[in-house]
Amino acid sequence: MNLWNRLMCTCRRRSPWLFHMNSGSCNGCDIELVASLSPRYDAEQLGVRLEGSPRHADILCITGPVTHNSVQAIHTVYEQVCGPKAVVAIGSCPATTNVFIDSRTIDGPLNRHIPVDVFVPGCPPRPDAIIQGVAKAAEILAIRAAKKSPVEPVTMPLGGPGCGEACACASEAEPAAQEVQQ
Amino acid sequence: MNLTTALARLLIFPGVLFAVPAAWFFLWVERKSVALMQGRIGPPFMQPFYDFIKLLGKTMPPRSGVGGLLMKAWPLLAVSAAAGAVGLLPVLPSSGGFEGDLILLLALLEVPSMCIIAAGFSSRSIFGEIGSAREAVLSVSYNVVFLLAIVSIAASQHTFRLEALAQLQGSPLKWLGIVAILVCLPAKLHLNPFSLPNAEQEIYSGPMTEYAGPELAMWELSHGLEWVAATGLVATLVAPHLSAWWLAALVFVAISFAVVLLLSALAAATARMAIDTTVRFYWQCTLIFAVLAISSALFMRYRS
Repeated sequence: MNLWNRLMCTCRRRSPWLFHMNSGSCNGCDIELVASLSPRYDAEQLGVRLEGSPRHADILCITGPVTHNSVQAIHTVYEQVCGPKAVVAIGSCPATTNVFIDSRTIDGPLNRHIPVDVFVPGCPPRPDAIIQGVAKAAEILAIRAAKKSPVEPVTMPLGGPGCGEACACASEAEPAAQEVQQ
Repeated sequence: MNLTTALARLLIFPGVLFAVPAAWFFLWVERKSVALMQGRIGPPFMQPFYDFIKLLGKTMPPRSGVGGLLMKAWPLLAVSAAAGAVGLLPVLPSSGGFEGDLILLLALLEVPSMCIIAAGFSSRSIFGEIGSAREAVLSVSYNVVFLLAIVSIAASQHTFRLEALAQLQGSPLKWLGIVAILVCLPAKLHLNPFSLPNAEQEIYSGPMTEYAGPELAMWELSHGLEWVAATGLVATLVAPHLSAWWLAALVFVAISFAVVLLLSALAAATARMAIDTTVRFYWQCTLIFAVLAISSALFMRYRS
């Protein structure tokens, strides 16, 4: 691999621009995606930018269980993202259609329509899990640029990197909440 | 100024070789300082460079016909005009010959904005057209104040030569003009509270909506070069006259940096205004000061 290709790999890994698309989501995952850009989680450290146009994006973030109405829109937006591109399915809905399974208004899961690279499970997933998934997708972009070989889809662990600490905090917070109720 | 120094200015300092890294640096300073003011850590130092190289390596959507050619031409024209504007700035003390012309500099500073308007309309996207219309309205509003401020400085000095303007002594009129220019810069650089043409979450990416890959990289670069040119214009007007070239260059960079920090603080502290409020702000509030400046400049010239 020559110097230019190595530079390009680094740049693709360090500069993932996202386009966010809702395919019938309940807005839970969408709020968490925006929260991952907020001061507490600050995804911009990894070079993440939420772009207004799919033409600018590298990574397509899709939330929601893929309703019939949104199928055509998903295909259009996927075609509009310029290559090399990756798709991150955020939440349990695009992965399995979640509680909407067997609904007649749903045409999911997402990987029936477009190839998905990273699944971030959770209902909704934590913002740090979303950031981890986006970082993984950026790595896949770099690998894809270097090898041009198909990359297997990745499923991120449930809960994200900070899950253990968060659970500990929640158990500490519970007695306080009970006191408030009393 | 002979040919070699002219070329050195255009290509090395303050021309292309200085301006391109400075453009990336200023883009980083803007993003980083906004992040720090919001309590975030912000992007790494090399981020604008990574973005630029990554965009160069992306594929382009197929475009055919005259519209496709025009869409390719606008970002290149914007980059070359902005780089030319930076190259014209009278940072270093010169020794006769072509000393830079204020009218040429103002025209070159205006070309990227014209290109954005044309790009939005030639992309034929509805969001691009709305963004272009907003950019056109904004440009008509702030340019009256911007040009009046610069003309008042020029009229008080009886010259349109940049070199003479850079050497002019401090006077209340000069500072009034500089304040008027500073008020116009957020609109010129599409920053909050005047970030109307590229208003995200509102009209997607405005005139840039249909641009991708290397063309978008050129737009990013031209935006960075506009930062260098606009802050550099303020820096040359503010900076004291120094004979040592390295000291002049250092003061130029330091003042530009301070202006970038000032504009970023304003951008972080404010939200986007509506287009009618913006137009009213420039035509009603700021125009008075600009008219005051130019009338006092003409009065002073009449007296002397």
